[in-house]
Amino acid sequence: MSELIFEKSRGGRRAFAQAPVEARSLSIPEQFLRDDQPRLPEASELQTVRHYTRLSQKNFSIDTQFYPLGSCTMKYNPRACNALALLPEFAGRHPLGPVSHGQGFLTCMYELQEMLKDVTGMKGVSLTPMAGAQGELAGVAMIKAYHDARGDTERDEIIVPDAAHGTNPATATMCGCTVKEIPTGSDGDVDMDALKAVLGPKTAGIMLTNPSTLGVFERHIKLIAEMVHDAGGLLYYDGANLNAILGKVRPGDMDFDVIHMNLHKTFSTPHGGGGPGSGAVGVNQRLLPFMPIPVVTKREKDGETFFDWAAEDDIPQSIGRLSGFMGNSGVLLRAYVYMRMLGRDGMQRVAEFATLNANYLMVKLRDAGFELAFPERRASHEFIVTLKHEAKDYSLTAMDVAKALLDKNYHAPTTYFPLLVPECLLIEPTETESKETLDNFVAAMIEIVRAAKEDGVQYKEAPYKMPVRRLDDVKAARELNLRYKPE
Amino acid sequence: MPFIPHTENDTREMLAAIGAKSTEDLFDEIPAELRIDYLHEVPEALSEMEISRLMRGRAAMDGSPLCFIGAGAYEHHIPTAVWDIATRGEYYSAYTPYQAEASQGTLQTIYEYQTMITELTGLDVSNASLYDGASGLAEAALMAVRANRRVKTGLILLAPGVNPVYEHVAEAIAGSQGLTFEWLPVDATTGNVAFDQLPEGRNPVAVVMQQPTFPGTLEDVDRLTDWAHAEGAFAIGIANPMTLALLKAPGNWGEQGVDIACGEGQPLGVPLSSGGPYFGYMTCKQQHVRQMPGRIVGRTTDLDGNPGFALTLQAREQHIRRSKATSNICTNQGLMVTAATIYMSLLGAEGIAQVGRKSHENTARLVDGLCAIDGIERLYKGSYFHEVALRFDRPVAPILEALAAKNILGGYDLTGSAGTDALLVCATETKTDADIDACIAAFAEAMG
Repeated sequence: MSELIFEKSRGGRRAFAQAPVEARSLSIPEQFLRDDQPRLPEASELQTVRHYTRLSQKNFSIDTQFYPLGSCTMKYNPRACNALALLPEFAGRHPLGPVSHGQGFLTCMYELQEMLKDVTGMKGVSLTPMAGAQGELAGVAMIKAYHDARGDTERDEIIVPDAAHGTNPATATMCGCTVKEIPTGSDGDVDMDALKAVLGPKTAGIMLTNPSTLGVFERHIKLIAEMVHDAGGLLYYDGANLNAILGKVRPGDMDFDVIHMNLHKTFSTPHGGGGPGSGAVGVNQRLLPFMPIPVVTKREKDGETFFDWAAEDDIPQSIGRLSGFMGNSGVLLRAYVYMRMLGRDGMQRVAEFATLNANYLMVKLRDAGFELAFPERRASHEFIVTLKHEAKDYSLTAMDVAKALLDKNYHAPTTYFPLLVPECLLIEPTETESKETLDNFVAAMIEIVRAAKEDGVQYKEAPYKMPVRRLDDVKAARELNLRYKPE
Repeated sequence: MPFIPHTENDTREMLAAIGAKSTEDLFDEIPAELRIDYLHEVPEALSEMEISRLMRGRAAMDGSPLCFIGAGAYEHHIPTAVWDIATRGEYYSAYTPYQAEASQGTLQTIYEYQTMITELTGLDVSNASLYDGASGLAEAALMAVRANRRVKTGLILLAPGVNPVYEHVAEAIAGSQGLTFEWLPVDATTGNVAFDQLPEGRNPVAVVMQQPTFPGTLEDVDRLTDWAHAEGAFAIGIANPMTLALLKAPGNWGEQGVDIACGEGQPLGVPLSSGGPYFGYMTCKQQHVRQMPGRIVGRTTDLDGNPGFALTLQAREQHIRRSKATSNICTNQGLMVTAATIYMSLLGAEGIAQVGRKSHENTARLVDGLCAIDGIERLYKGSYFHEVALRFDRPVAPILEALAAKNILGGYDLTGSAGTDALLVCATETKTDADIDACIAAFAEAMG
């Protein structure tokens, strides 16, 4: 580990160029003031710049490594999206500023809503949810509000396939619902008999990801929609895997009632080391009255069109506000720029080449002897390799391969998710990677397994070439050390 | 093809390896009747040069007005180095640090952030951040219900100084889990809680207070914290972290300090950007750490015994606990936290105190000037930090419009929430005396 910034501190040192003109007075009574000074770093500007630059260099990132992390869509984040979102007028715009000083921003937001409606086939879009999980919360809350508004108050069960992201069941619980988990069939599609068995008068809805987290398209989706709707429930679409079908097939056409999109996946806004996300929601006709506020609307005044917020007065049955202002607006600007740069044809190319890369990588790994979880199926934009035989025969687990890949300068795929496939690697190459990168990755995978099989190499202590070796997670949780304390 | 590297030859070879004739074949498991082949509302692609021109034009429409609005988001000077470093690809385009060995940069940065934010708030532990200040209150309320197990009412009492939007958001997020939110009575002269009218025997699970309050006053948070504890409730303190180099830390409010602190992190180096992305901070006492939502970074050792960092206490989280998790939250606002950490490191405690003092002084100059105008007076008596509510003798909206026409945003219209013609004004350290005087002159003219 690098020395902490606190350990580099020296009393009285500071980035003096950053201080404002000293105030002449402070007329705040003693009772409200603190009598100690917080122990923040005391460092020069260069020390701070060097410290955090050095720290950044200890990260893997899309800009520096292939990052085939399944379900996370780690594609290139175009630089222009960031630069244009941070134009001084956009970066400096106060969220409560009048619409007279926001028509540029609001135009972008309105057009973003329209484009997202089109690519998802929904009737309305609200951009306010700040992450995928908050989009899910908004979606399930809208489903509940819809049933409640009809006096259908007994519906409190949300159906979730066992392959779902953990946020799905956690969200259902947060909305006061009970989770009914259903199994997946051996072909990767939902087990229809199990679905039929849980549907009933208490069904509020079902949460589905399509293509699923197993990397396959749910072929019975129309039938599922019909069954759920017949039972009085609604369908929620988890947009985690929208990248796979962009411009090819739309959740609205699959009869989903509400969806969330992960703009930080499909529309290439930065993952930022864990956020910000952005989880815009789309709804069909029947859920329009319940959308989270505010949304951007077009109004006319004196024959002139202008953009304005639609809030409590316009959408009185709304599930309400989910953020202090209007969600992660700067992220939305980045997504807007990205979508305009892709354009109509570019959207479809995303799905085509993401799918091409995934299927190519899948076939290459299969031909190299890796076992696929669903060998009879097409990959969507991602696919699953299972190492259950390697684990049994050579004690080579998914975790070992993940750590060995780090030493070969590849970020690991997603490991041990979905939970129902043993020793699995969920691999998503994305459309922005070249054939050479994929070929080199296959070679690295082959070499890792070859060395284990032929040379008896064990990776239990890998990685060796990272800034740290494998970390003691048990100690981290047992002997909690969550902040620096001076000696 | 924008952002796609494939040559025609690559595509041909890859399709051959797959055994497909065209990329269309790869979608053959999707029922044909569901397929679309055209997007009507998405325009043709723009090059980077074209989109840059378009966006510069749009940005110019919004302009760069002189802004005296606060109300939960504050304009402060952001050192150039903050976003220069935060947008380095290694921070900007990294994922959540689940692969700890390949993410030590992000992890150590968060650990340093956790240290800084616990120092500012005077509490023991911090998480790696939440979405924003408003949603942070919802998470704090839910956490209080989990941690304060003896109280089963689900009742959350809010001091009148809590940002009203935070209440709306908390209600929208936590309302369906059996929580109810009620306002405590307000003292009309101070704008703060009316201590002589506090309800008895309501058995609240938590009492929420904000310092400085939404209308800018300073609340007697010591007394309110002690009252909360006497009622058997948790004290939840919302504080603007920018003020905490000067104002008493929530961990030191009253006899025992608050149990949970949360709030909007934006003032620490995050641009206003129309409302986001910002970050919500949350800190608490050590004994409640297992009830805290969101990611947490801990220091540990590696196989060689060297120190390193990893996400910890993950058994609380949705990807492990699924329907029994402490929250559905998955994302933190990593990039914003990185920026805030660099900001706090550059300014240090003394720099942040200086920003606070200058903002206080500027606001005092603005308020004194405005209150010298006939028809404007302070709405509440008492002390303030860098934001003040003013009562007007006429509707505020037309005055704000007149100022906006001169490219001055005169404040946040409080009329709806205050029940009288009122305005909330704020002048941070970014304003010069000339800016403030221009604002005062514009008000004087508009008030005619």
